[in-house]
Amino acid sequence: MKKVFQTKRFEFYTAGIETKLELAYYGDIRAGFPSPAEDFNDERIDLNKILIQNPLSTFYVKVIGNSMEGDFSDGDLLIIDKSLEWKENRIALCFVEGEFTLKRIRIKNGKHYLVPSNSEFPIIEINEYNNATIWGVVAYSIKNHK
Amino acid sequence: MFAHIDCNNFYVSCERVFNPSLNGKPVIVLSNNDGCAISRSNEAKALGIPMGAPAFKYKEIIEENNVHVFSANFPLYGDMSNRVMSILATFCPMQEIYSIDECFLDLSGFDVDLKEYGLQMKERVYKWTGLPISIGIAPTKSLCKVATRVAKKFPKETNSVHVIDSEELRIKALKWLEIGEVWGIGRQYTKKLLAKNIKNAYQFTCMGDDWVKKHMSIVGLRLKHDLQGIPSIMIEEVKDKKNIATTRTFDYNTENYEDVKERIVTFTTKCAEKLRKQGSCCNSIQVFIATNFYRKDLPQYSNSICIKLPFATNSTFELAEYAVVGLEQIFKKGYAYKRAGVFVMDFTPENNQQLNLFQNRNAKHIPIMKAMDKLNRKYGCDLLRLGAQAPGKTWRMKQEKLSPHYTTNINEVLTIKV
Repeated sequence: MKKVFQTKRFEFYTAGIETKLELAYYGDIRAGFPSPAEDFNDERIDLNKILIQNPLSTFYVKVIGNSMEGDFSDGDLLIIDKSLEWKENRIALCFVEGEFTLKRIRIKNGKHYLVPSNSEFPIIEINEYNNATIWGVVAYSIKNHK
Repeated sequence: MFAHIDCNNFYVSCERVFNPSLNGKPVIVLSNNDGCAISRSNEAKALGIPMGAPAFKYKEIIEENNVHVFSANFPLYGDMSNRVMSILATFCPMQEIYSIDECFLDLSGFDVDLKEYGLQMKERVYKWTGLPISIGIAPTKSLCKVATRVAKKFPKETNSVHVIDSEELRIKALKWLEIGEVWGIGRQYTKKLLAKNIKNAYQFTCMGDDWVKKHMSIVGLRLKHDLQGIPSIMIEEVKDKKNIATTRTFDYNTENYEDVKERIVTFTTKCAEKLRKQGSCCNSIQVFIATNFYRKDLPQYSNSICIKLPFATNSTFELAEYAVVGLEQIFKKGYAYKRAGVFVMDFTPENNQQLNLFQNRNAKHIPIMKAMDKLNRKYGCDLLRLGAQAPGKTWRMKQEKLSPHYTTNINEVLTIKV
């Protein structure tokens, strides 16, 4: 992972896909009843393949600090895919009023809105006047739960 | 038909991707060694900051107009370049990367609306990377370059994609283009042509072949034919660049590390040769490898790495060493590689190297390199090679259609039986 850029609240990285991390895959986890098929399962998972569908348009972005509204906290790693479509309810890295910020996309009557998870902040409409733009859509985020 | 793709103000645009507040503001990027402008936003150009301008000379303009100044971030530019080139390669298997921010696509036999196809390329590159590009499509490469200039100059009218597909459009574009702006016509020739009252590219194409050949060499004549719509020029002939690329599509796929390494070393050798020819040393080298996008049945992988050299060099030995270090970092087993390339960038003039007591640059290489270039020029391309390069012709570029170098290589001049 090479750091290519840093802003106040985010660090940008290029997605390193040179190595693969293969983990044995044990099927879907369901509490209680292990699937009998699991005994025969030798499929392996490469996390790079799952998390990065399109390496050409994928950037890693690291969250700095805890000022982020709601869902994200310091050290979280976002996997942003710029080629993903802007769809209702997707979370996007946006550029609003001179800063990068994370918002949820809402589409109403053909208009795009950026909704903060903290309801005290205003909802912003994307139009040509306020320079609010969607930089890329969050495909996955990696959280440290330790 | 060919397409020429050029990233707009590439280094500045890369900075803007990660800092959109720079949009619409004057921005310049400076070279690391001597602090000269190597990329300028349109706003900075409008302020009269020329290409190659030393920042200290323009301090007042920079401060008064709040010009944003960056020093070059080559690893970032290299990574963005790799993305753009790889996206464009998905549109056409015959890609020739000309520099870090320019490439040609050979669209022969493409039964598509070319304007529409160009717009799709532009939109996909912008959506996936955030980088703006301009596209020129025409029957020859130098006409493509002319078309790209039109696209850049008139982004609204052309939507940044211009196609020259008729005699009328060809002449219109050439009449518009000032002679000094023509690709491959340097300052010397511009002076000569202006003295003959040749002011635009169209007038140049109306000159007699004999005059052009006599005063501008065979390369000038080929350029003239190319601008007339007859494919005549090889892009390597147009020199003195800010960065140099050697990239190829292989004849066949290979999974073998040694094969790929041999290619990378050969490409590096070519880059080093070109560097020495124009009297430059480079401070950064980039290596990229990619699988065949058109084999959807095979696993896909592409990657690039940019290495900052500890000292400026144009020695084949030193550059090859770093190129291989780079390749080792990105090479992944189990993939069939189809394309690879080497870029050198961040140039310093050869005679202007900073003295550094601790630099590793081996002065012994200079006479060896000189001898190597001399012999290779005299006896054909690859007489002297590094040990890591393969002998024989197994990997030569696909050049079946290329006529001999009748006029430029003493071993290939026309022979007749008497």
